Amino acid sequence: MSPAPVPARKLRVATTSLAGCFGCHMSFLDIDEHLFELVELIEFDRSPLTDIKDVGPCDIGLIEGGVCNAENVHVLREFRRHCKTLIALGACAVNGGLPAQRNHLPLSECLREVYQFRPGLENGQIPNDPELPLPLDKVRPIHEVVRIDYFLPGCPPSGPAIWKFLTDLIAGRTPRLAGGLLHYD
Amino acid sequence: MTKQFLLDGQPVPFEDGQTILEAARKAGHYIPSLCWHQDFPPHGSCKLCIVKAAGRHVSACATPAKEGWEVESNTPEMNGERRGLLQMLFVEGNHFCPSCEKSGNCELQALGYEYEMLTPRFRHFFPERPVDASHPDMLLDFNRCIFCELCVRASRDVDGKSVFALTGRGIHKHLAVNAESGRLADTDFSKDDLAARICPVGVILPKGRGFAVPIGERTFDTETIRSKTLKEEES
Ligand code: SF4
Ligand code: FES
Repeated sequence: MSPAPVPARKLRVATTSLAGCFGCHMSFLDIDEHLFELVELIEFDRSPLTDIKDVGPCDIGLIEGGVCNAENVHVLREFRRHCKTLIALGACAVNGGLPAQRNHLPLSECLREVYQFRPGLENGQIPNDPELPLPLDKVRPIHEVVRIDYFLPGCPPSGPAIWKFLTDLIAGRTPRLAGGLLHYD
Repeated sequence: MTKQFLLDGQPVPFEDGQTILEAARKAGHYIPSLCWHQDFPPHGSCKLCIVKAAGRHVSACATPAKEGWEVESNTPEMNGERRGLLQMLFVEGNHFCPSCEKSGNCELQALGYEYEMLTPRFRHFFPERPVDASHPDMLLDFNRCIFCELCVRASRDVDGKSVFALTGRGIHKHLAVNAESGRLADTDFSKDDLAARICPVGVILPKGRGFAVPIGERTFDTETIRSKTLKEEES
């Protein structure tokens, strides 16, 4: 794999986790010493790694997780508005993943099961604080909500897969996961 | 003189009655398949074996080869159509590889890798398909059924039991179990049946095995479906 040429200016990258488990972000950190190369090429905007709260104009947006509530929809649309290239990172962003396993159950049943009937709960009730984002009736992959430019599957995608993908992208090549880097599990 | 046709420009010999797929594989060329099995007549439902023969789209598994035909298979156009078919199969069922015991041994997934399917692309149906865990040895997870009818054919034609059938039409099509109750436990199905091992995806699964072989060390983690298929053809 040829190293990415150093771009004229650093690319601005935003990342977020919607209905995900942060596993994809952990796997991102698994590129290990390549992180040193990466910080020469990119700088972070909004991301759990920077704690910037609002996404600004970016070259690349990485989205982990599917869309399970109204806030996810809002954040995803903000990312789409601000990122030139938007990437679905990992199984949940690509097809809903584990959170989408609730899709065949009525939402009210899920909520009642967890907040009212769970053994050991006394006077349980479904939270309804107006601050809480409303859950959607079904968990959706992100391409069903906004246009997505590239998809990087895997649960999570491996460090080498993420590195290959990003170096392709930074170098201006169409990212390609060949030679055993493509996995759905 | 043996008869021959051209597959992507290469001559492939065949005998009368042989399909494009059989002749191609025998000559060491890969054409993908999912619902086809060498021990059964072709079913022609998955269309992964699609090729262009004399300018027309045909299923290579069900079309007898013809002298002098020019057949296109491994082209960007055909492979793109295969990717589209795979994407439709993925959104039509509930295919969540990370939580599937068959992951790494699944032919649908392996074909996704082979044709570099990165996204299911379409809107997901998220159909409701409850599992049947009634049988002591085997589990049925209908979420992953692609309606290839291999289990139907194996159970009927080899095991002599007719445990399975496809029923319903369109989006309501589903695999049914041949018992008044509809439960696998109420049939004479056995873990030693051919139908118990023939499913190309993760519907018919043995209980108690699960992740005995870890993810990452399974069949298609170490080998592509293309090379595995061609190797089996040689032996
Ligand atoms: S259960 Fe498996 S073998 Fe049977 S029709 Fe469905 S996918 Fe095919
Ligand atoms: S293998 Fe030919 S249609 Fe399925």
